[in-house]
Amino acid sequence: MWGILRRSAVDGGGFSASSLRRTRSALVSARSYASGSKEMTVRDALNSAIDEEMSADPKVFVMGEEVGQYQGAYKITKGLLEKYGPERVYDTPITEAGFTGIGVGAAYAGLKPVVEFMTFNFSMQAIDHIINSAAKSNYMSAGQINVPIVFRGPNGAAAGVGAQHSQCYAAWYASVPGLKVLAPYSAEDARGLLKAAIRDPDPVVFLENELLYGESFPISEEALDSSFCLPIGKAKIEREGKDVTITTFSKMVGFALKAAEKLAEEGISAEVINLRSIRPLDRATINASVRKTSRLVTVEEGFPQHGVCAEICASVVEESFSYLDAPVERIAGADVPMPYAANLERLALPQVEDIVRAAKRACYRSK
Amino acid sequence: MALSRLSSRSNIISRPLSAAFRRSISTDTTPITIETSLPFTAHLCDPPSRSVESSTQELLSFFRTMALMRRMEIAADSLYKAKLIRGFCHLYDGQEAVAIGMEAAITKKDAIITAYRDHCIFLGRGGSLYEVFAELMGRQDGCSRGKGGSMHFYKKDSSFYGGHGIVGAQVPLGCGIAFAQKYSKEEAVTFAMYGDGAANQGQLFEALNISALWDLPSILVCENNHYGMGTAEWRAAKSPSYYKRGDYVPGLKVDGMDAFAVKQACKFAKEHALKNGPIILEMDTYRYHGHSMSDPGSTYRTRDEISGVRQERDPIERIKKLVLSHDLATEKELKDMEKEIRKEVDDAIAKAKDCPMPEPSELFTNVYVKGFGTESFGADRKEVKAALP
Repeated sequence: MWGILRRSAVDGGGFSASSLRRTRSALVSARSYASGSKEMTVRDALNSAIDEEMSADPKVFVMGEEVGQYQGAYKITKGLLEKYGPERVYDTPITEAGFTGIGVGAAYAGLKPVVEFMTFNFSMQAIDHIINSAAKSNYMSAGQINVPIVFRGPNGAAAGVGAQHSQCYAAWYASVPGLKVLAPYSAEDARGLLKAAIRDPDPVVFLENELLYGESFPISEEALDSSFCLPIGKAKIEREGKDVTITTFSKMVGFALKAAEKLAEEGISAEVINLRSIRPLDRATINASVRKTSRLVTVEEGFPQHGVCAEICASVVEESFSYLDAPVERIAGADVPMPYAANLERLALPQVEDIVRAAKRACYRSK
Repeated sequence: MALSRLSSRSNIISRPLSAAFRRSISTDTTPITIETSLPFTAHLCDPPSRSVESSTQELLSFFRTMALMRRMEIAADSLYKAKLIRGFCHLYDGQEAVAIGMEAAITKKDAIITAYRDHCIFLGRGGSLYEVFAELMGRQDGCSRGKGGSMHFYKKDSSFYGGHGIVGAQVPLGCGIAFAQKYSKEEAVTFAMYGDGAANQGQLFEALNISALWDLPSILVCENNHYGMGTAEWRAAKSPSYYKRGDYVPGLKVDGMDAFAVKQACKFAKEHALKNGPIILEMDTYRYHGHSMSDPGSTYRTRDEISGVRQERDPIERIKKLVLSHDLATEKELKDMEKEIRKEVDDAIAKAKDCPMPEPSELFTNVYVKGFGTESFGADRKEVKAALP
């Protein structure tokens, strides 16, 4: 707690509204430690992470559509323009190829851009810069040109936004060496992973989820500290279990946890792994879990073919084959463009019952 | 205010009350000439005349169709707030003159492609209110059978190619349709519509360059409503003179709130494009709603600005004044027409609400033209498998 107070005094001397809120909340939670934990929305977690990193390092700047005056299309960058001014927060025209290229160029020259894509669907307009200009540069230049950039924004399906606005890009970006690809679930993930991403010297694709922005999660003292970072490349075991391993990331972690509850009612103890990091993929944690449970259900929201689940299945079959007691299971988005109609959209996305069904199959418990 | 040059036939001083003296609304095609309220501003071309040839029938139909479009969009607003429409919903109210003026100048062989603010363009191309509302509510009788949603309306039989969600993408696509028209010697043109936000997209300039090199009949129509979502044009474009941005490509700046100016400009552009290749039309227009239903539209512009445009430049009010000054209908008749329109819209909504959602099997249709039995999967690939039809 004292660390936080000291930090606020260091950055600019004055107490800004948000740092004061954090300080006050830290004091409050210290006093009320015995009575309950704090909660934070994913939105606030992301906002505070960017705020703290901008405060700590003047090379960090934010760029994207509506990030400044509009306060962010999803309000993730709310208050940042007012706090840091137009030299640190840039509203761009609707020109992803151009501003992404400019962001990568700025990173070449030593700055630390945080580039927002209003959704990752629009990153396709800029994908050449993400892959060819950012991911590969450190390698091609034998270490001379590293690219400390973060590409962030909502990824995957929202609600009823149709085929062109619902794709999950985890598999595409995670297949590229040179990139780091992160996918937070909880508020703690959001804070820790985004702060780590901004501090990271390599290009990071940071896949958020629009439907998680408003969700509140309990958050620890430690996670509220401005020095809090999560390691990149480490998965988190959200729920321990012994009968079946369920791996997933982002919004599906919530679904997997609900599925685990349902499975527990039927006497099946599921271990839920929140990947957090798609590249590097924490194969060690996944395999250790499968070696314990002998069964694997992998879950993702994106298209099934060549997906994240496919890589995890391959890894487990390669490294833990003799531990498997059942075929590996994949639950993913349907193999069709995202339909708009509500009933079809529901069929196109994994539901809790799909995860439960697959887990029971792996346990040879289906009818 | 448009001054109309009245022909001697329409110069009625006394206003008889009997119906016999008043023009019948549906069949009268007396020619009239309307002056556009503002001159055209031209870039690398000679602007067309401000005198627009029209007819009494056209003038009345402009009123009716624009009032229909307006009512449709306002009804969509209510449906969205009632959560019957999901996802994104971008409304066109305020911009109706562009859709209607363009239709009046062209045929259904000429193609139109636009972005996601497409409901009224679809209606103008001959789509029905029922198809619109059914699609917005994700029902099987929607124009895309419920699978597209608000941003993905199409009507290929009227050469309307959608309905696109990615800003700017529709412009090279439109130039591609123009390419096909020229390739097949169709003597038709394509209107590729985009906003001031999309005007800075690089792909526009790439497509324009090729269109100019290959003399494609592409007409780029910038619907400049002055805001790209929350960003005013001067914050996004070093040069917001979008009609000049084609550089070597001629352009025309048009009062987009004046349906007759739009008609004249589109007629001019079609003639130009068929002979000389691409041209840019910048329609100076305005949207009353925010960017979408998720945007209040008031954080980046003042309520005074919005109400000012509504008072001074509303496209439907302008047509209404013309109808009244040409004595084509009385205030009461127009009000009755508006009542009829309201009913028409309400009936279409009621019918659409009764329409069922698509069958689950529709999840797997239209992935390919012919699936030849290719496998596809649902979320649980062992539970839901399909052979693509």
